[in-house]
Amino acid sequence: MSGRFKDYEHVLRMAALFVIGVVVFIAVRSWMVPDDFGVYGFFRAGALDDNRAHPLVYAGRAACVDCHSDLVEERKGSRHEAIGCEACHGPLARHASGEDDTKPVRPDARATCIRCHESKAGKPAGFPQVNAAEHAESGPCSECHNPHRPAVS
Amino acid sequence: MDQDRRAFLLGAGKMIALTGAAALAWEHVLAGTPEAAPNYVLTDHWWGMIIDIEKCIGCGNCVRACKVENDVPREPGCFRTWVERYQIDPADVEHPVVDSPDGAYDGFPEIEGPVDRLKIFFVPKLCNHCAHSPCVQVCPIGATFDGPDGVVLVDKQRCLGCRYCVQACPYGCRFIDPRTETAEKCTLCYHRITRGLTTACCETCPTGARQLVDLKDPKDPVHEFLRTHKVQVLKPQMATGSKTYYNGLDGAVR
Repeated sequence: MSGRFKDYEHVLRMAALFVIGVVVFIAVRSWMVPDDFGVYGFFRAGALDDNRAHPLVYAGRAACVDCHSDLVEERKGSRHEAIGCEACHGPLARHASGEDDTKPVRPDARATCIRCHESKAGKPAGFPQVNAAEHAESGPCSECHNPHRPAVS
Repeated sequence: MDQDRRAFLLGAGKMIALTGAAALAWEHVLAGTPEAAPNYVLTDHWWGMIIDIEKCIGCGNCVRACKVENDVPREPGCFRTWVERYQIDPADVEHPVVDSPDGAYDGFPEIEGPVDRLKIFFVPKLCNHCAHSPCVQVCPIGATFDGPDGVVLVDKQRCLGCRYCVQACPYGCRFIDPRTETAEKCTLCYHRITRGLTTACCETCPTGARQLVDLKDPKDPVHEFLRTHKVQVLKPQMATGSKTYYNGLDGAVR
């Protein structure tokens, strides 16, 4: 009889160990996995907010038109109308929000133009491009072309 | 008794209305997270991008804007977006010459030698925000994921920097941030698009070669564009469900 009792005890010990293992696993898992993990899928839902929290650097052209309606008017109908202001004038979220006195960059009136308009193999055929050195040896392009309304009238 | 019945019916109604994942999400909405701004509804969007090869002039404005907007390190190999230049010789279309000096941060230098017989064009690259993304599938701890709005993001708090995802991406769109030793990639300017702005690269592209699109917005011009143009995705044979659509893409582009 005593032999059979001992066998039974072995099984009990194994079962107890197993239960302890499961409890420890559940405890460690709940401690290590963030609360919002798995809300939308196999990831932490708060990570969406983390990615959204990044500060703005470019304000977007819609922010410019509120104050600078004169320039909107000037650009109307020109070939540069669709270009975002910050493409040439640099990132201006701080300027738009009034956070500090960041001022728009006044672009180099030759280097900035050349970056797009220098004739180069691979540019689409319809894109207006010139050999800058031949077209105008030196000096700013703005002498002839208004950058907001580049067509020479 | 009436109260009990009301409570029961309310509970049952909620159970039916919000089953499974939606119920979980609802719990979270009640708790005040994770959507801080109420006017951005995750499930109302499905973001992607259209890139028109026929408009790209290789100026590198997108690369510079991306670096500034997202605080991307100015180090070799650290690019969330970059531009490649393809030179294809019709006599040897299988071996195009591809260059991307510093990711086209300063544009491209003129090609040396005769170019008359070559087909040359620029290909802006970025994360394709795949619907069935290989990088998400390999992440062992759920530190990278595709959100309900179709943007593939990295959880920088969780990322271990194991580099599985960097190897898994068939488009080479990921890198390790040398400052944090965590995976980095294009977030499609998640902080901007959730506030109703377009991405920094689209904002500064002078020719409109890049366009952020919302495939769930019935008014988005993307639907018309996809119907009337011959668009392709990169490496379609990999069935990644890429949402970066290229118009006028040459078959040689990988």
